[in-house]
Amino acid sequence: MAKRIDVSGLSAYYGTTKAIEDISMTVEPRSVTAFIGPSGCGKSTFLRTLNRMHEVIPGARVEGKVMLDDENLYGSGVDPVAVRRAVGMVFQRPNPFPTMSIYDNVVAGLRLAGVKKKSVLDGVVEKSLKGANLWNEVKDRLSKPGAGLSGGQQQRLCIARAIAVEPQVLLMDEPCSALDPISTLAIEDLIGELKSQYTIVIVTHNMQQAARVSDRTAFFNLAGVGQPGRLIELDDTQRIFSNPSVQATEDYISGRFG
Amino acid sequence: MTSSPPATSEGRVRRRRGDSRLGDAVFFNLSRGSGILLLAVMAAIAGFLAYRSGIALSKNQGNFLTTFEWTPDAAHPKFGIAVLAFGTLVSALIAMIIAVPVAVGIALFISHYAPRRIAQPFAYLVDLLAAVPSIVYGLWGVLFLVPHMDGLTRWMDQYLGWTYIFDQSKSGVPPRTLFTVGVLLAIMVLPIITAVTREVFRQVPRMHEEAALALGATRWEMVRTAVLPFGRPGIISASMLGLGRALGETIAVATVLSTNSVLSLHLLDPGGGTFAQNIALKFNEAQPFGRDALMASGLVLFVITLVVNGVARLIIARRKEYSGANA
Repeated sequence: MAKRIDVSGLSAYYGTTKAIEDISMTVEPRSVTAFIGPSGCGKSTFLRTLNRMHEVIPGARVEGKVMLDDENLYGSGVDPVAVRRAVGMVFQRPNPFPTMSIYDNVVAGLRLAGVKKKSVLDGVVEKSLKGANLWNEVKDRLSKPGAGLSGGQQQRLCIARAIAVEPQVLLMDEPCSALDPISTLAIEDLIGELKSQYTIVIVTHNMQQAARVSDRTAFFNLAGVGQPGRLIELDDTQRIFSNPSVQATEDYISGRFG
Repeated sequence: MTSSPPATSEGRVRRRRGDSRLGDAVFFNLSRGSGILLLAVMAAIAGFLAYRSGIALSKNQGNFLTTFEWTPDAAHPKFGIAVLAFGTLVSALIAMIIAVPVAVGIALFISHYAPRRIAQPFAYLVDLLAAVPSIVYGLWGVLFLVPHMDGLTRWMDQYLGWTYIFDQSKSGVPPRTLFTVGVLLAIMVLPIITAVTREVFRQVPRMHEEAALALGATRWEMVRTAVLPFGRPGIISASMLGLGRALGETIAVATVLSTNSVLSLHLLDPGGGTFAQNIALKFNEAQPFGRDALMASGLVLFVITLVVNGVARLIIARRKEYSGANA
């Protein structure tokens, strides 16, 4: 299920503005890779190129290659819709569909894929909600609106919705930034459990969080305002936080800038 | 703290009489007065209609609900709203069936499909349709639409005649029919429905659209899972606004259906009438009692419009917790 991501020479643009430049990296399967870096360094933009969500913004485009095992996501004839089914995403702010019940939110992706059988959907709802550590809290009110849950529960609902379609990769764009510390802890625990099955990439502003949840950490930086963001280094999380090989990384994690 | 506060012996918190609260008092009374005035006007209209209707109904020799004729000024006054109620509801229904899907389509095109430089002028163009006066629509309806409905009318008679309502019993006459009126009303209510639904679709939060896209939704699936459900209450409200206009439209209908006639369930036959059209055509030549009878029909239109709005509110309120308003 989990696949390796191999990025080479990737640049992304908003209109004529280059947001990230020439990024190459490998993300290992069944591990958590964290992206850290100051605001505007392009880590979220880079994350969104990994499931072709970058290009939904008018005028945005991508150059370079993203290999998911042996398939280039930007190859000709590749359907971005199919890419997004294989690479799931959880957003910064919890975004369950407000017009849908908890149940319908979880199976939204499956319904898009054409699954209709009630018994299959029922099974997936239970499995995904258990997978997202939300089952016990919502099992008696699956028909209630998803927007009625607390922020942390909504975010776990979004994770359940993302894993319901059994993606190969799970991208998380600052999934805890809108949550309180207890909900954050719940999500972090969940990430630790999910990595046995999925390739997980998480963008975070919280360096302690990167240190807690990730196996590998990538540090992004930009040379100045208006300059494109670049990958500075990618290494084992422990090494990044104890003995990084680039001075800028050390300056950032020790709080000297950013 | 530099301005001098009232230095009374009781201390500073005590308010001076007639101090700066004057604005509050004026504004409070002004807004309360406006509210009371609105209620008073509503009550006056309803009371007036009910009183005059009462006079008319007490002398009606026919059944107000089921009589087809409208002869209140005859020696034995007989009048009923059957023809008018049927015509009003059916023409408005035809208008809704045509206008709502088209308006939603146009609104989606403007908000989610068209490139920005096309969407903006296109939106203005649709708004411009709303600025056309209804008498112009009426003239256009008689002079252009009626002759051009001929082919469609015959086609529908030929292929849909078996449905009875689309069967044309008299052929060879200009189609000044309820169906033509429905089409004309559809065009008239299109801009208001389009404008309101377009604004609602524009307000769909980007994050809900991205949620759908990230799940592997195509653009149409994104519209179906995120945009349309979010916009549903807005579509209903917009349709009700349009329906209100279609039910009450007077001069355009009266221009096309300039001769009132008997109730016919054949929508493609000339004739039929609506409440507003009937009042417009009959009011000038009516005797005082005939006017009271027309008031009674106006009261019915008033009630129908109220009921329609109430039902719309109920539909919206029933799914309030799913409305997305709390997201």
